[in-house]
Amino acid sequence: MEAVPVRVRAYVAGVALSALTCLLPLPGTHTPWPAVALLAALYAGGEHVLRKRLGGTFYPVLLAGAFLLPPAAAALVPLPGALLSHVEQRPQAVRRVWRAAELALAVWGAGCAHWVLGGRDAVVGCEFPYALLPCAAAVLAFCTVLALLDGGILAVAVGAPPTPFGQRGRVPVQRAWRGLLARSLAPIGVHGLAGLMMAVLWRSPYGPVAALLVLLPMCVSWWVFAQYHREQAAHQATIRALVQAVDIKDGYTRGHSERVGQASVMIARELGMDDERVEVLRFAGILHDVGKLGVPTRLLRKDGPLTPEERRIIELHPEYGHEMVRGISFLGEARAAILHHHERIDGSGYPYGLAGGQIPESARVVAVADAFDAMTSTRSYSRARPVGAAVEELRRCAGRQFDAGVVDALVRALGKEGWHPAVTADVCQPGAPASGRPKGDRESVGRGAP
Amino acid sequence: MIALRGIRLAALLLALGCLAGTLWAGLDDRGAALAFGVLVGVGEWGRWTGAEVREAAPLGAAGGLAYALLGGDAGVATHDGAFQVVTVVCAASLLGSVPHIACGRRPTLDHLARRVLTVGFAAVCFQPLYSRGVLEQWGGPAYALLLIALLVLTALCDVVLAAAQAHSRTGWRFGPLLRDELRGLLGIGSAVCATGAVMALAVAVVGLWALPVFCLPLLLTQLSLRRYAAVRATYRQTIASLARATEIAGYTPAGHARRVATLSQAVGRDLGLSGAELTVLEYAALMHDIGQLSLVDPVQAGATAVLPAEEQRRIALLGGAVVRQTGVDAAVAVVVERQADPYREQPVAARIVRVVNAYEEKSRDSGPGGPLTALEELRLATAGDYAPEVVESLARVLSRDCLTLRAAG
Repeated sequence: MEAVPVRVRAYVAGVALSALTCLLPLPGTHTPWPAVALLAALYAGGEHVLRKRLGGTFYPVLLAGAFLLPPAAAALVPLPGALLSHVEQRPQAVRRVWRAAELALAVWGAGCAHWVLGGRDAVVGCEFPYALLPCAAAVLAFCTVLALLDGGILAVAVGAPPTPFGQRGRVPVQRAWRGLLARSLAPIGVHGLAGLMMAVLWRSPYGPVAALLVLLPMCVSWWVFAQYHREQAAHQATIRALVQAVDIKDGYTRGHSERVGQASVMIARELGMDDERVEVLRFAGILHDVGKLGVPTRLLRKDGPLTPEERRIIELHPEYGHEMVRGISFLGEARAAILHHHERIDGSGYPYGLAGGQIPESARVVAVADAFDAMTSTRSYSRARPVGAAVEELRRCAGRQFDAGVVDALVRALGKEGWHPAVTADVCQPGAPASGRPKGDRESVGRGAP
Repeated sequence: MIALRGIRLAALLLALGCLAGTLWAGLDDRGAALAFGVLVGVGEWGRWTGAEVREAAPLGAAGGLAYALLGGDAGVATHDGAFQVVTVVCAASLLGSVPHIACGRRPTLDHLARRVLTVGFAAVCFQPLYSRGVLEQWGGPAYALLLIALLVLTALCDVVLAAAQAHSRTGWRFGPLLRDELRGLLGIGSAVCATGAVMALAVAVVGLWALPVFCLPLLLTQLSLRRYAAVRATYRQTIASLARATEIAGYTPAGHARRVATLSQAVGRDLGLSGAELTVLEYAALMHDIGQLSLVDPVQAGATAVLPAEEQRRIALLGGAVVRQTGVDAAVAVVVERQADPYREQPVAARIVRVVNAYEEKSRDSGPGGPLTALEELRLATAGDYAPEVVESLARVLSRDCLTLRAAG
């Protein structure tokens, strides 16, 4: 285990101290203790039971606390839940203290903003639509405090072990804050409206029972959202398993398909394609050889020269691949790329012998990415070549085999970013050749869930 | 079809009766009527026209329920009455469907009939009690609890109606349909009910401002549901394509996986499997031959049912290993790897896949008398390999809709 750097400890301690100072005026204020206890228990229970399964955060309860209670009392609400919460990554104690202090400060800030604008009277007197204004201010304060503190720890923890945000590695200071506020504002705004309704119903003759009902639709929403993420992860795992099957069958080093996907993305970005198209090209690269599933393993692994008949069978794989994926609508133009990635600019490729501009752009991109990775990775029949030699070879064949514009784009992208192929989620497979490639965990946790 | 017509007729009679009642008594509380009418209409207009889901227009449903249970507007008691509630909801739903009809989509009469009947039920239970002042002696929290209880009752009625409609539309068994509907109630159904109750209470406290504020969580749920349905659809496409890999590789004849999946689902439905189990069954049936991809040479015509038992089991285990890596539900992998076991050791889904796969292989190239001969062979082998109840169910399914299955395959 890596030690927590001193500056991170100092930062967390500072935030915790300021959270404690927020609680100082508590003895002097008139605090409705039963309400505080009920809300705190609700938050702790919700975090404990539901968060693991649903992946949502119980911000509506916290914000309802900020709308119902004096700021110092509201800051108490998140403490038990955060201090007792389940933390997987170490060091647990620091993470719990950090989370409790951060939430206490954020709730306190929201409570203050709400209080100053007279939101409390608006809630008690049900003054709509005025009550929406303090609510919006409180949400803004909540998000701002969270974003500032989160960005702070991202900036402080450069090179530190994983921060509480599921992100790894170095975060340049100027990028730490970027996007944090904008990303959280919309979901927390909805949470704020739910919190406002909880507060209003809590104060009404119907009491806390009615307020609890507000949480039910939110819970269902989280549940569906969690299902969505699970299903999406399963979908991606399926596609990955498919390409791994191809790589193993083909006897390539593992990860060829995914590296072709990465190279295709680099080229597509350099060519100025929009994000959606870039994503489709990633799939095109990943799935370009999927048709090899249809070619007998004996032929793919054959040592020595192929007979013309055998070669013809192997050259069917783009058509097999297209036949397999043509029913998958989200792949879009990736399907054309799979069909045409062995066409050549001079028209001597297969399966249709298209030339020049007749070849879809996506196929031209994947063809270059495929050739580049084939040259720079070790195969059973050849050693890996250095990137420079591969680029030289691509340049030599540009205009005959490859699209010169695409080759140039690859060269530019390599100049900017270099070539650091990383294979996501290397699943260990029995019987597969061991790969020395380190595990690259690039899955980011979906934050900002509603 | 009788139940379907009966439900429509009841809804029509209720709507006409309420319309007459409203015309006779006149419209009360026009502000609230207009606001809720707009809410229901907009909800109906934004209804979901894509995949088949339990609640296509949750906003409209929640708005209708909230109006049925409305007891006050910003602290002032309302006297909307059951007649007016049903009339307003019905008219708004009809108006909200106009854009759909204009776009050439068929109006969904069943859905409207259900909406009218459930809203009518809630309103008839609640409004007379309320207007007689029975509820005023109850305290606030007890009142809220009463609303919840009423909504639970209403939701149960809705579930029974929906299951009856589905039963008479598809001819599938009523019990499993009811179970699926009840399970769906826990998801979007409970969100709709809770939103309905909260809206009714919130309007009583803060007035009509509560409506737009409260739509948001439900809208969010609806959006998440849409995305969930979309990703499920793509996932299904991916699995179906994966399943075709063996066909393209020449291990199995074209369309085999699809036909086995369709027939397996029909048998599963006949045996009373629930929605989630049917999904597992479909995926497993689609991928049941995937183990053959691990073979270096194809099996002759992909006919695994005639191989020695040991060989069949080996291929099944290979297939299970492939499926496990694909990140599909582990239950699918279990079904795939146990498809060649003797039926007494198999889970139900694996029994179905085994029987249907054998039937498909035996009957496909054997001419006009083929299906009957294949069934007879399966019946003779029910001592060890094929589960007798599954073979009988297959015979029922084939005698009922063999024509449609042939056309679909």
